[in-house]
Amino acid sequence: MSAAATDLSVDSVTGIPVALRVAGPGVRAYAFLIDWHIRLVLALAWFAAASLLYNGRLSLSPPSASEPRWFALVLAPALAIFLVYHLVLEFALRGRTPGKRVAGVRIVDRHGGVPSAGALLARNVFRLIDSLPLFYGVGLIAVIVSAEHLRVGDLAAGTLLVYESAPTFAAPELEHLAPQVDAQDAEIAAELLGRWSGLGSEARLRLARTLLARSGIDAPQLQAMDVDALQRALRRLAGATATAP
Amino acid sequence: MSRGARDAALTANLLSRAPLWRAADARARRLAHGHAEEASDAARLADDYRLLAHDLARMRSLLPASRAREYLEGAYARAHATLHNGAWHLTSALWRLLRLELPDVVRWLRPYIFWATLIFVLAALAGYALVQRYPELIALFAPPELIASVERGQLWTQGLLNVVPSSILSAEILTNNIVVSLIAYCAGFLFGLGTLYILGLNGLMLGAVFAFVGQHALARALFTFIVAHGCVELSVMCLSGAAGAAVGEALARPGAAGRAESFRVAALRSGQLLIVCVLLLIGCGLIEGYVSPDPRFTLAERLAIGIGYWLFMLALLSGWLWPTPRGR
Repeated sequence: MSAAATDLSVDSVTGIPVALRVAGPGVRAYAFLIDWHIRLVLALAWFAAASLLYNGRLSLSPPSASEPRWFALVLAPALAIFLVYHLVLEFALRGRTPGKRVAGVRIVDRHGGVPSAGALLARNVFRLIDSLPLFYGVGLIAVIVSAEHLRVGDLAAGTLLVYESAPTFAAPELEHLAPQVDAQDAEIAAELLGRWSGLGSEARLRLARTLLARSGIDAPQLQAMDVDALQRALRRLAGATATAP
Repeated sequence: MSRGARDAALTANLLSRAPLWRAADARARRLAHGHAEEASDAARLADDYRLLAHDLARMRSLLPASRAREYLEGAYARAHATLHNGAWHLTSALWRLLRLELPDVVRWLRPYIFWATLIFVLAALAGYALVQRYPELIALFAPPELIASVERGQLWTQGLLNVVPSSILSAEILTNNIVVSLIAYCAGFLFGLGTLYILGLNGLMLGAVFAFVGQHALARALFTFIVAHGCVELSVMCLSGAAGAAVGEALARPGAAGRAESFRVAALRSGQLLIVCVLLLIGCGLIEGYVSPDPRFTLAERLAIGIGYWLFMLALLSGWLWPTPRGR
């Protein structure tokens, strides 16, 4: 099933496996720390704001006797924010939390899909084990030593943390070239690149701009491109994006 | 034609299909959230999936390290997940859990429930016998305030509502019960031994406290206090223990599937029971906060609430509450 130690490869009926890059300990810790700070700040903010409103003066102190309203309005929501933050947001955001979004990762099941409600619950319940003995010690060791960087909660729930893929296809130069490029231009571009080091800077600019203009790039845009940008555009035109040094 | 030129032409042709990928990805995202504009939208997803697979295979060989490939990988993964999982709705997931999955899980866990209950009951009997024979051993099982209160001839629960309001009491109790229940389940990770200790310890404590209050003629008062919430609360303790035991057995005796896979299957399956346990414990917490400490409720009323809630739990777990689905 796995293509590599850090890839989740899911078989597909098309014969082309779905490949998802598994997140490592560093990015997991990064996402967790962001989430930890967010939930702490939210819980404290709630506590402070609700306390000020409840007391009606600049004081955060709890009432001297147990008061149900203080408990229900001030303490319980603050605790709830801190304790069920992960579970609620992972449900609502389909395997994501703000911290995971910032770190560019999300939770998926073994088929690459959004985990079920039961899986997310199991994943979060097993935080009790992962957080032992202190500072997520068990979870951290499990993430470091396991091949797919899984903590105990992930093992129990059958989930993984994978990198988010690019949400948009932002390659304007490539798309721009696509309709106009033909094999002959690509061959000339490859030849020009082969002679690149032997040409003077003036000749490089002139030839590159002429060839790229034939591929449909606007003159003002070409004028704005420096030598390096022109060379990159030529490489793409030559179809050598992946292999060019 | 040179190989470079041929690849460039293929790449250009491939990239010209970018608008098709965007449309396919947008459709997959929309359908993943359950928003189908029309029936043909859903039917087109299968075509999109094939298109993305085809183009991705070419992209992997032509532009393996490009942003375009990264985008296509993501779009393909999203289409795959949408096609195979469909949209996820909380209400339908909950309905499926209660109506179909829960009764199946309970059937599967029956032997574990039997053994967990037996261990709990035996531990309670052992605790009772120990304190009955050696009263001083109560110090091992109960806090000093509880012992002092009982020795004064008063249950520690009397006048509880004068000290703590029902709402706070309920929240404290249900939080504590849920945590204990989750720990009993998670402790199954220690090859079931953790669950065994938690069940045994809770059983010993219950039996010991009953023996101790019995020696001070308070057994009836304690029974009156716990009967309304205790029937379900203790049952849920055994259910959580059974779920933990299933996890423990999957790790200790994994079978042909391997330890990690057995653990995953057992944890996921038995975890479904835990959702219902948490919901039942919320009910117990409310009863324990509002009914149990309130002297206005008679024993008969408390019995009716306790037994009624317990029967509701049985009906919920066995699927009697819902109509049987066709073909089952």
